[in-house]
Amino acid sequence: MLLAQLKRAQAALIFIAISCTFACPGLQAQDLQAIPRLSAHVIDTTGTLQAAQSQALEAKLAAFEKARGAQIVMLMVPTTLPEDITDYAQRVGDAWKIGRKDIGDGLLLVVAKNDRKVRIATTKTLEGALPDLATKRIIDGAITPRFKQGDFAGGLDAAADQIMAGISGENLPAPEAARSTGSNGGFKWTDMAVFLFFAVPIGARVLSSIFGRKLGAVVTGGGVGVLAWLFTSSLVIAGGAAAVAVVFALIAGLGALGNLGGSMGSGRGGGFGGGGFGGGRGGGGFSSGGGGNFGGGGSSGSW
Amino acid sequence: MKTRFLNLLSICLAFTLSLALTGCGYNQFQSLDEQTKSAWSEVLNQYQRRADLVPNIVATVKGEAQFEQDTLTKVVEARAKATSMTVTPETLNNPEAFKKFQAAQGELSGALSRLMAVTENYPSLKANQGFQDLRVQLEGTENRITVARNRYIKTVQDYNILARSFPNNLTAMVFSYGVKPNFTVDNEAQISKPPPVSFEKK
Repeated sequence: MLLAQLKRAQAALIFIAISCTFACPGLQAQDLQAIPRLSAHVIDTTGTLQAAQSQALEAKLAAFEKARGAQIVMLMVPTTLPEDITDYAQRVGDAWKIGRKDIGDGLLLVVAKNDRKVRIATTKTLEGALPDLATKRIIDGAITPRFKQGDFAGGLDAAADQIMAGISGENLPAPEAARSTGSNGGFKWTDMAVFLFFAVPIGARVLSSIFGRKLGAVVTGGGVGVLAWLFTSSLVIAGGAAAVAVVFALIAGLGALGNLGGSMGSGRGGGFGGGGFGGGRGGGGFSSGGGGNFGGGGSSGSW
Repeated sequence: MKTRFLNLLSICLAFTLSLALTGCGYNQFQSLDEQTKSAWSEVLNQYQRRADLVPNIVATVKGEAQFEQDTLTKVVEARAKATSMTVTPETLNNPEAFKKFQAAQGELSGALSRLMAVTENYPSLKANQGFQDLRVQLEGTENRITVARNRYIKTVQDYNILARSFPNNLTAMVFSYGVKPNFTVDNEAQISKPPPVSFEKK
């Protein structure tokens, strides 16, 4: 047994060595502006906005995201040089990918304060809600007149209102929090099936080596039944799942690998505690939905 | 003991077989090939968007009395040439056709930017809201073309790297997958020379 374990370790080492040789990451020199970390809806690296102003704006955009789902991020940087603001905004958009997954409704507003330039970049999803012309009107009508007077917070606030009005007119899916209040809204059948497909054979082997083949199969079936009952809250489905699992475990127990369970049991026993279904979304902080695809839409202006 | 050994052996065999199949990169070729195709469609899509915009721009500028006819006709001709080209998926694997297509689109880009520069001299056009709107749309379209082209360049780069790196180039040879053509600058020689700058009045 020790020999086999050694061999396994050796194989793993070789595999890692091979994958290291083939995955050589390309290095590239960059004197472009760094992309700030996406930490909030309003990011001001210039220190222009007062704390109260940026908090108010943040609250407004966060509330909008909660109500409508679309993610709007405003970024204020001193300069985008040597890049054009269009290229910089594109790069930031590609890195952050703001917008909900599978929907991709994100919008990025970049202000380059010292360059006196501003750009609204829309994801492909929002190109219909806010066409280039609409973004240009927002820039010319709401942003630049106020920026000219030095009223940055006011300009951004007015822009936020108009952007939100534009997005609200588009018929986008409601956010997840509003949708999944119904019974088992977030449950995925495929996840369950995949989990059981792997968990049942392993669990059956471990349990049958502890309880014996028949009793082990029954225990496995019972476990699956309880799990299915917990996730679907339907006794019929749970019963069916348990029956299938018993049969499956009996067959698995017959196989030649059945007695392997004993050796694996010591090492793997605790592995399947709560994994797989754990996770969940960390509440509180803001994070990108990761679905936004910036295709070059939007427009720029200067003041 | 014997059955167990056989079992282990069969697992090892299956493992090496699957490694050998994925290792030759056949599936990767298929997936990257599809990716380049869809990236290319996006490029075409955006070029089409520009071509659709040109008649509106031309019509608006035509309304301007004594506008430089020469600049205008050049745009119209370049558009006609660019849209008359039939582009098929085979264009991607044909460097000759690809180059022609690129040249035609490049000509339209040049003619359009010249037109836009000239319009600066006409105050009434600058005051024309309809024309300014078209200008914004053209700008957005040019941006989209740039993004689409960049994405195409990246996917082709991935594909070409795959086609030329070691174990996969054998697969490429067997199935005769060539390296795909990529976008280049049309006037490389011109750009590599610094432009002459003179402030003397002519």
